[in-house]
Amino acid sequence: MAENSFDVAVIGSGPGGYVAAIRAAQLGLSVAIIERDQLGGICLNWGCIPTKALLRSAEVFHLAQHLDAFGLAADNVRFDAAKIVKRSRDVASRLNMGVKHLLKKNKVTVIEGAAALAGKGKISVTANGKAQDVTAKNIILATGARARQMPGLETDGKLVWSYREAMVPDAIPKSLLVVGSGAIGIEFASFYRTMGSDVTVVELLDRVLPVEDAEISALARKAFEKQGMKIHTGASVTGLSRGVDNVTAKIDLGGGKTETLGVARVIMAVGITGNVENLGLEAAGVKIEKSHVVVNEWCETGVPGVYAIGDLAGPPWLAHKASHEGVIAAERIAGLKGLHPMDKSNVPGCTYCMPQVASVGLTEAAAKAAGREVRVGRFPFAGNGKAIAMGETEGLVKTVFDAKTGELLGAHMIGAEVTELIQGYCVAKSLETTEAELMHTIFAHPTLSEMMHESVLDAYGRVIHF
Amino acid sequence: MITITMPALSPTMEEGKLAKWLVKEGDTVSAGDIIAEIETDKATMEYESIDDGIVGKLLVSEGQEAIKINAPIAVLLEAGEDKASLANFKAPAIQPAAAPKAASAEPAMAMKSDGAKSAMAASAYPAAAPVRTGSNARIAASPLARRLAAQKGLDLARITGSGPHGRIIKRDLESVQPMAAPAPGTAGAPSAKETALFAEGSYEIVAHTPMRKTIARRLTESKTTIPHFYLTIDCDLDALLEMRGKLNALSPKDAGAYKLSVNDFIIRASALALKRVPEAHASWTDAGLLRHKHADIGVAVSIDGGLITPIIRQADGMGLAEISNTMRDLAERARVRKLKPAEYEGGTFSISNLGMFGIREFSAVINPPHSMILAVGAGEQRPVVKNGALAIATQMSCTLSCDHRVVDGVLGAQFLNVFRGFIENPLTLML
Repeated sequence: MAENSFDVAVIGSGPGGYVAAIRAAQLGLSVAIIERDQLGGICLNWGCIPTKALLRSAEVFHLAQHLDAFGLAADNVRFDAAKIVKRSRDVASRLNMGVKHLLKKNKVTVIEGAAALAGKGKISVTANGKAQDVTAKNIILATGARARQMPGLETDGKLVWSYREAMVPDAIPKSLLVVGSGAIGIEFASFYRTMGSDVTVVELLDRVLPVEDAEISALARKAFEKQGMKIHTGASVTGLSRGVDNVTAKIDLGGGKTETLGVARVIMAVGITGNVENLGLEAAGVKIEKSHVVVNEWCETGVPGVYAIGDLAGPPWLAHKASHEGVIAAERIAGLKGLHPMDKSNVPGCTYCMPQVASVGLTEAAAKAAGREVRVGRFPFAGNGKAIAMGETEGLVKTVFDAKTGELLGAHMIGAEVTELIQGYCVAKSLETTEAELMHTIFAHPTLSEMMHESVLDAYGRVIHF
Repeated sequence: MITITMPALSPTMEEGKLAKWLVKEGDTVSAGDIIAEIETDKATMEYESIDDGIVGKLLVSEGQEAIKINAPIAVLLEAGEDKASLANFKAPAIQPAAAPKAASAEPAMAMKSDGAKSAMAASAYPAAAPVRTGSNARIAASPLARRLAAQKGLDLARITGSGPHGRIIKRDLESVQPMAAPAPGTAGAPSAKETALFAEGSYEIVAHTPMRKTIARRLTESKTTIPHFYLTIDCDLDALLEMRGKLNALSPKDAGAYKLSVNDFIIRASALALKRVPEAHASWTDAGLLRHKHADIGVAVSIDGGLITPIIRQADGMGLAEISNTMRDLAERARVRKLKPAEYEGGTFSISNLGMFGIREFSAVINPPHSMILAVGAGEQRPVVKNGALAIATQMSCTLSCDHRVVDGVLGAQFLNVFRGFIENPLTLML
């Protein structure tokens, strides 16, 4: 085999790309991965992981401010923004090294540079002005996505931030406007609010975290407002005028009302757009719709030998969805038997704000809209012993079942550690359990997970502790 | 308080009729006492209590039909409880299966909160039946797939699983059509479309019995899923009849008495032929062919309102007298509907004999999970050509229905020829 010829070439090394590369290598294929920036992509360099590091600092800071509730005391609790940011960068850097190591261990060839399709089975990789050709029988496009820009509200890296600048602040701004209340917007809003910023959130839709169950959205909003966040829903930012070290935002509050808000910084978090440019996709015949590559359930683009996964291939824009698609694409290429397409209703979503939010499957409203007759169970954190002992009595575990078949249609949670709990329901959904098996399952006491049991019991009128 | 629920008395049972209460409210019951007779799709069975207590309330009336399994049928008061505690007891709604609401099948679990114990060991299905086409018990399937299959009347044994390790998952059921399950509602109200063909008042509606529904379901399933073909052969019976006469004359008067019928010879000949042609002795499953080691021969017995096929287990290891006496016992108990599920479920081959009604020959519908059924006609004197001359012989025509997925034409013919060999040379049946 020629030096630059592979069974599989993966373009992009985020959680979709590097997982696809490792899986393909495990299956005995020769694999190259092409990355123009940092191994690990946005997720672990500028996304999921470093934000979790920041939020952990915020959480510890929050606890430190409430030590008295636990019978503890400390004077003069304060923080050093630079150190918080440094810790976050160190975490990212450590994981970046980890990916490098994993790729090496699996004998994946890493090629640095920007890739573009250049005819059937051919990729042109440009680095430092020099181009080289890579040939591959199969190509997996995994170039991800970037923050969406709004005309007039473009990020500038100084006053109006994208997630990227928001992750490495020089200091915690005194006041902050967050535009968009999806997972990214809300996580930053939560981080900065906890660190002391005056935070205002503007959301176009009628509730925060709009993909979540309406009941969870409402509880989240209540919790955020209690923390002192200002939230405008059904509202939009119509203009930003940038000063020297401040921004004045015009906000349309709906119903003919407007507001002018002066803030130190703005974070734009209004969705993402797929990285479809400069990849030679049009020439290759890869179909693009709304800035995303169109694929079938096997991540196939329709062009033989060309696959697309992750954010590039459309929502939900989640790292674990990308990784799962990466595995599907690699196994499809290797010709494995008995593969299953991904069931999007089994993809969990987590938001690491305070309190945390996590969900999988259909919301109650979506289930009803789909014509399902539902049974809904609820269990509040206030009824759980472990939650009370932890001092985390705010939250709810909600389950939605099909009344006819007992199928678990969805689970929706808000409260401490729910991002860790949701996996229990994911396993249940993936195994297609009904309420009966969940009821039969023994949940350890005392744990937060007992609420997951109780919520199921509640759906069938059998709740014990509430 | 202990809730007694409708037991699952057989793997195929989905609902049953409370044929008779043997206790009344206020009676003291001990574990092991028979409290009711339950009529299932196949048989009437006695229902033993596994708990001690006083009958607090009977929740269903005698004769009530279509009671779903696990539906509460009675409440026992435990020691120390009195009737007053019944005031707090809320019986979960019981709906006849035919009512549309019952489709929302209150999960069995919901009942357990009342302290219900699954009242019958019978839910542990008999282990004797080798293949249970009608049962979804031992097939890898997700819980949701199981429940959907039960609700839609799908047989999981006939569905190919696409999940990990061939596990049947919800998606696998989506493309499958129910196998002519008895449509709920047909008992009380035939659909307008069907009745429109007949003038009102020109018919009366006879509600389906559980047995009739099962016959309809299983035979429709058989004829729509099994590719049948038929082979007919004539067997000379004279030697067999002569031997039968001699053997019956030799029967002891007391212990060990027997009275052999032609059918007993046919059972033994079939069993031996199955052993001799093992390729034909198999059942189709999607996972693979089940090659049977023992000849478990089902014999169709006509009973009031339908038929049932009790099984003579391991008939290849039984002599004629034992077969004869076993068959007589099974047939008698079948007619009074006292067979246990293990006595009529499974089997590897079946025989249907209409000879006594003068039927010359006919073709029978295969009884899944079998792959062959032998339809036996009347033994009658016929003109035959022997050694170039016309002669009279007693002959019987037998038609073998074969599942072509398992048995090809030549294989079926081989089996029939071996079978005829045993019938025409009955001494070989002694081997």
